[in-house]
Amino acid sequence: MSSAAIPLSSGKRKHPTWIYYLFPSVAVMLVFFVYPILLTFFYSFTNLALTGESAKELKFVGLDNYIRMFADPSVKISIWNTLVFLFGSAVVGQQVLGFIIAILMKHKNKTFRRAIGTVVLAGWVTPEIVCALCLYSFFADEGTLNALLAFFGIHTVAWLYTVPMLTIILANIWHGTAFSMLVFQAALDDVPQEIEEAALVDGASKWKILTTIILPYIKGTITTNMMLVTLQTLGVFGLIYAMTGGGPGTATTTLPIFMYNQAFVNYQLGYGTAISLLLLLMGVVLSLFYIRSLKE
Amino acid sequence: MTANQRKIIYRILPYAMLMFIGICFLLPLLWVLVASVDPNAMQSLKLPGSVTINNYAEVIASRPNQRAFLIGLIMSLGQAALVVLLGLLAAYPLSRYQLKYKKPFMLTILFMTSLPITAVMVPVYQLFLSIKLYDNIAGVILFHVASSMPYGIWMLKNFMDSVPSDMEEAAWVDGASVFTGIRKIVAPLMVPGICTVAIFTFSGSWGNFFVPYILLNTPEKFPAALKLYQFFGQYGMVDYGKLAAFSVLYAIPSVVLYMLSQQFMSKGFGLQGGTKG
Repeated sequence: MSSAAIPLSSGKRKHPTWIYYLFPSVAVMLVFFVYPILLTFFYSFTNLALTGESAKELKFVGLDNYIRMFADPSVKISIWNTLVFLFGSAVVGQQVLGFIIAILMKHKNKTFRRAIGTVVLAGWVTPEIVCALCLYSFFADEGTLNALLAFFGIHTVAWLYTVPMLTIILANIWHGTAFSMLVFQAALDDVPQEIEEAALVDGASKWKILTTIILPYIKGTITTNMMLVTLQTLGVFGLIYAMTGGGPGTATTTLPIFMYNQAFVNYQLGYGTAISLLLLLMGVVLSLFYIRSLKE
Repeated sequence: MTANQRKIIYRILPYAMLMFIGICFLLPLLWVLVASVDPNAMQSLKLPGSVTINNYAEVIASRPNQRAFLIGLIMSLGQAALVVLLGLLAAYPLSRYQLKYKKPFMLTILFMTSLPITAVMVPVYQLFLSIKLYDNIAGVILFHVASSMPYGIWMLKNFMDSVPSDMEEAAWVDGASVFTGIRKIVAPLMVPGICTVAIFTFSGSWGNFFVPYILLNTPEKFPAALKLYQFFGQYGMVDYGKLAAFSVLYAIPSVVLYMLSQQFMSKGFGLQGGTKG
């Protein structure tokens, strides 16, 4: 209840002066964070560009960027790629794999748990660009995976060209699963032991205990984690950019990569911000969707 | 299959599955570690014929690399220090005073912590061009501070809520100012919280690639993350040994800080833990 404390010394003043302590941080956030977000709305209705005619004069173009966006087939491809990447690496990959690791680790030998946990965590702690390099080398034509396949006499595959989306999904799983694993380990520890034991005595199978006791009990954690992981995955840029550059062709061009290409390669900043807004909107819609399902 | 055999399989199966997962996670990592000490490193994992520290020595001896690491360090340290300092100041009234708009403010902060930064980079770039902060290291630090501020305030406020206010009030009675109260009483009791926020902020900035990639232009100003990308972005003929050694050196601060942070977060990683109050 410490938050309710009213200081003795400042009783005579209406507002204690330390309310001003908030100002520096709020100012920094307003100028460098909130203002750019507001600018996103503004610029997305302009012809802002770095080169050419429109670079000289900023003009309102109304909904032009949005009309262009919906007519642009590569936008559809990017949205689709983003959804595939989200579903594969965040929902199925990190969530499910993280949960499986956490539940398999329950009641296991402590040293063994720690060893596996450390390896999974290493991927999480490793900076994005190092992850990209490690996984790029793993999937490259002369990389570790093909060397292993060749060793066992199996045909090698040009992974980064034939299944590029799969490689970035696996890379993101490698990088991010530890977070879900940690979250689920903590959640599983909170499930009351007695209920599980009682069910076991009553002859319930392990599968039954998992689906009727454990999963309902940690439902809130699953939803919150899903939301965090989804939002985090939505913004992934460096990993994909460094591994495949969005290619080959447009095979791994997710919205952040597409936005980057439009804004910084083609110098169409106005169009780029319209795409940013689409990205923000996707984040908001997905979050609302998760929050809704949490309430039900 | 007898009941006994089934029992044995049930016992072994989880271990086997975990082993398999562990190996899958280990292989890409093992490559970077082994290649960094291999004088003839290749793109695939292989047992080195001999072991050398030359790769590391060459990476460390290079002037441009030293500068990249130093810039990264300045950026990350500067960001962490500013986030903790400003965050503590902001957390104080939020924790100790009944503000009229506290709830919507805190909810806005929470919402901001989860916004994908990627989505605001284009307008930030434009903003930085117009206020002449583009290609400026201090500018990168400022944006980093702003974007990690919501998380910093949120965490520090929650940590501060758990510091009892009695002692502080006693100090006021003895004539201490509010600021002295924060510095001498609240801050020391919040050391674990401050360290957690500082470590998370530092690591986030140290590992970040996109923000400096957009906001910086001169290669001489690139932090380690960009230097590494430059290094292997040019594919073709690459000295994998040196590349791997650079990667390991660059990853070390993140790993060490993560291990340190474990000490401060004894209560594991529950999502509820940090968001109470």
